[in-house]
Amino acid sequence: MLVIRRDVCGYCGCCVSVCPQGALELIDAYLSVEGECSSCGVCARACPLGALEVADEV
Amino acid sequence: MKSEYDLLVIGGGPGGALAARTAAEKGLSVGLVEKRPAIGVPVRCAEGVGRDLLEEFMDPDPAWISAEIDRAVLVAPDGYRMALEPSMAGSEVGYVLDRKRFDRELVMQAAAAGAEIQVKTRAVAPIMENGTVAGARIEQNGQVQDVRARVVVAADGVESKFARWCGVDTAVPLGEIETCVQYLMTGIDIDEAATVFYLGNEVAPEGYVWVFPKGPKTANVGIGISGRKSRDGNRPIDYLNRFVKSNFPEGRVVEWIMGGVSVCPPLEKTVADGMLIIGDAARVSDPITGGGIYNAMYTGRLAAQVAAEGIAKGDVSANALMPYDTAWRNSKLGKALERNYRVKEYFITLSDDKLNRLVHSISRLDLSKFSTLEIIKELLRHDPTLLLELRALRDLV
Repeated sequence: MLVIRRDVCGYCGCCVSVCPQGALELIDAYLSVEGECSSCGVCARACPLGALEVADEV
Repeated sequence: MKSEYDLLVIGGGPGGALAARTAAEKGLSVGLVEKRPAIGVPVRCAEGVGRDLLEEFMDPDPAWISAEIDRAVLVAPDGYRMALEPSMAGSEVGYVLDRKRFDRELVMQAAAAGAEIQVKTRAVAPIMENGTVAGARIEQNGQVQDVRARVVVAADGVESKFARWCGVDTAVPLGEIETCVQYLMTGIDIDEAATVFYLGNEVAPEGYVWVFPKGPKTANVGIGISGRKSRDGNRPIDYLNRFVKSNFPEGRVVEWIMGGVSVCPPLEKTVADGMLIIGDAARVSDPITGGGIYNAMYTGRLAAQVAAEGIAKGDVSANALMPYDTAWRNSKLGKALERNYRVKEYFITLSDDKLNRLVHSISRLDLSKFSTLEIIKELLRHDPTLLLELRALRDLV
């Protein structure tokens, strides 16, 4: 599951551009996961600040 | 917002603004939506643009120019600095813009030409009819309405969601996104007329650090690295903090700017039935420099011209809009993108030793023009020891 650290996110949209599923949506300063996130972690790698993290499902 | 336009533009950056302005000047009814509440902010850009390129579109105005640039300095991994100074001396080679004002100026020009502008307004879905894009579902302040359009221009930047909703895969591979952070710094010692690029795998793997002047003792200090080189502890922010600590410890940061720039080839097809894709959304930013302002403006204007022809003929099919795709690919811009992609693919393989050699070699050249192509040509002519090294690029010149 993708965790967004809102205190770190710079809402730049870099993650949105690399998401293979098109599952990320940025509206102004608010990034959200919509639709079919596969927890691949590509967005977490691309984030310039480290605001995204794939956490293990509990 | 009206319920119908000839042209609906999704995104209010320089590309969208040029598309809107051009179409309105041709007498089309134009609606432009920008999802953010303000045009031009937050900035997602290092703000550099070539002088010749910008002047294709408008006369320079101090109101939105932060600095005039007359040379570029390359800093090799070993610290060796060389200035790229075109021999056409006396004329500045470029500008560092104030994008907050520049973008707003362009959108105001579009408005003056007759385009309707809506901010804090976003497309949430395309309207599709028989496989053709026929408009967009638009949300503004919680209200949703269908807005029909003969042609939609997808100008939604690096995120490029609209074309994706229409079935075009716009995802950028991780290795071909430059993930970037920039500080607007003040109180630093800089050369106010030079853009400076720091190269090297320690400084910025598969990317570079830039220092672009924004005025006295003030500059955009930023970094882009490949997404595949980014990881915890070595993200762009970490590289930038290390760079700033050793180069500008006295500086003060007054703004953080983040963003992504694609350095992949352009989309295979930038038209669909009823839709044109332009600028960053079409992945036409430069694979070497990451520059995209001119590219967006160029494709935006061209898209509007081709859309206007299609609308006049009553045919907005992908076939009818294809001249847009063909024209930009065959333009100087399209050729440069193709060439620079190959040069970039070569550059990212270079060790710091080879980068050092290249920069030392470039420093011995007498460049008449300021371009990647010119540098490669001159290198091949003057440094036979690099022939073998640069063989991958020989057929480009």
